[in-house]
Amino acid sequence: MLKDITLGQFFPGTTIVHRLDPRVKLVLTFVYITALFLAKGVLGYVLMALVLLTCSLLSKIGIKAILRGLKPIIIIILFTVVLNIFFIRGQTILFEYRFIVITREGLFTAAFMASRLLMLIIGTFLLTYTTSPIALTDGFEQMLSPLKKFRLPIHELAMMMSIALRFIPTLIEETDKIISAQKSRGADFESGGLIKRAKAILPLIIPLFISAFRRADELATAMESRCYNGGEGRTRMKVLHAEARDYIALACSAVVVTTVILLRGLAFGQI
Amino acid sequence: MVKTMENIITTENLEFAYLGADDSEPRIVLRGLDLEIEQGTFVAILGHNGSGKSTLAKHFNAILLPSGGRVLVCGADTSNEELVLEIRRRVGMVFQNPDNQIVATVVEEDVAFAPENLGYPSDEIRRRVDEALKNVGMYQYREHAPHLLSGGQKQRVAIAGVLAMEPQCVVFDEPTAMLDPKGRESIIKVIRNLRNNLGVTVVLITHHMDEAIYADRVIVMSEGKVLLDAAPREVFMDDKTLRQAGLDVPVTTSLLHKLKEDGFDLPLDALTVDECADAIFAAIG
Repeated sequence: MLKDITLGQFFPGTTIVHRLDPRVKLVLTFVYITALFLAKGVLGYVLMALVLLTCSLLSKIGIKAILRGLKPIIIIILFTVVLNIFFIRGQTILFEYRFIVITREGLFTAAFMASRLLMLIIGTFLLTYTTSPIALTDGFEQMLSPLKKFRLPIHELAMMMSIALRFIPTLIEETDKIISAQKSRGADFESGGLIKRAKAILPLIIPLFISAFRRADELATAMESRCYNGGEGRTRMKVLHAEARDYIALACSAVVVTTVILLRGLAFGQI
Repeated sequence: MVKTMENIITTENLEFAYLGADDSEPRIVLRGLDLEIEQGTFVAILGHNGSGKSTLAKHFNAILLPSGGRVLVCGADTSNEELVLEIRRRVGMVFQNPDNQIVATVVEEDVAFAPENLGYPSDEIRRRVDEALKNVGMYQYREHAPHLLSGGQKQRVAIAGVLAMEPQCVVFDEPTAMLDPKGRESIIKVIRNLRNNLGVTVVLITHHMDEAIYADRVIVMSEGKVLLDAAPREVFMDDKTLRQAGLDVPVTTSLLHKLKEDGFDLPLDALTVDECADAIFAAIG
């Protein structure tokens, strides 16, 4: 059951999306999210959907992987849809039964909100699917490195992030093992009320914590043995430098944002 | 000084104790060890749990500092803080659990960790990473995610991560304890390759007798002291002292001992399976 968590999962590859500079990808994702919120009307959404589709196709990430990532947030999206359909009151009433009123505007808003959320999430997944956590934290570290002057521990933060990401699959595997071990000794994680279940989780959490601390200790020793000495004087095997494709990607994103803003003017099917 | 030049690691009356909590007695682990490990040799350190062998290993690259006596690496005292990085670069260390040594989420990025820490330029790091991965036979996995590899493969990645520092000596602290037989075999192959073809000094800490037979020299530890220190053939002949240290003899030696008790005329110093088979064949035939 825990295997479903795809947070921070990375699918190695050699496509153009994979090879983009992580800094550029971080910027592009940010621009993409902004554009999503700027988009208005059917055309704007179609454009954003096309952008997303192009990026997904270029990255060669299978539809299955993307859908699997969406599983945990389906409920949130359904909730938004339902809220919008039933609570937005517009002029054109399509259906009325006692207090339930469905209007054309409500349906539109619901569709827009759902597609916005979906595209938002798929877009950010695309970033983590195609960028190794190390590249991501590298990009993060390099983009924020000017802040080191203000004594902000940017390197340490980036290191912590990448180690945390590295240990997610290890700890998930370990949790599965502990669950099996406790179940085989009669532990019951699935029945009972809230309090009973919360109590049942204790024999899971405690061994997991102890093991995580032990791992942290061993990892620290191993890192020291490999001459880790903080961020100072550290070099990188893969030095980030933006190439033609990165500038092209940035230019494309500028075009998309401009088009989205222009489309706002002639939006039909208003929200 | 000439003497310390040939020895990669020297310990002089090395003592170590873990300080107890509050007022309780400190737990003495190492009781005055004098060891010299020569450049280019393969030394196995044997001992049962609690004999102090892992604690000893952690002194070889300044992870632990002696409570008494001193440890010299290439003539440099490990308690000299300015030399710690250089000492750790020269003496690499591989630990038991490969999962807890791998820092990165891509094999080659993990192998690059140490040379990155040492501040080499990026093309030099690339060269070292490729070479290290080829030396452990993991080059074709360079872009894989480590958590999807088998235990033996992960451990080989961890070894590559140490080799990328181009150390003179690698200390293995029970590197096969968490592996299946196949993984164990692959690691022993890599270790022997280090010693035989790359000229790296190897210190192997283990409680598997069968791994120690490939060593040039075997040190048996018990209660923080050296019990035996000789070539493997001599050490394994002395099964009485080994049992006293809580250790077994290799299966080959134990088989020969039993056959001899039953009246066969056999040499007791055949260690590898092939030698043992030849000896038995000669005795019957």
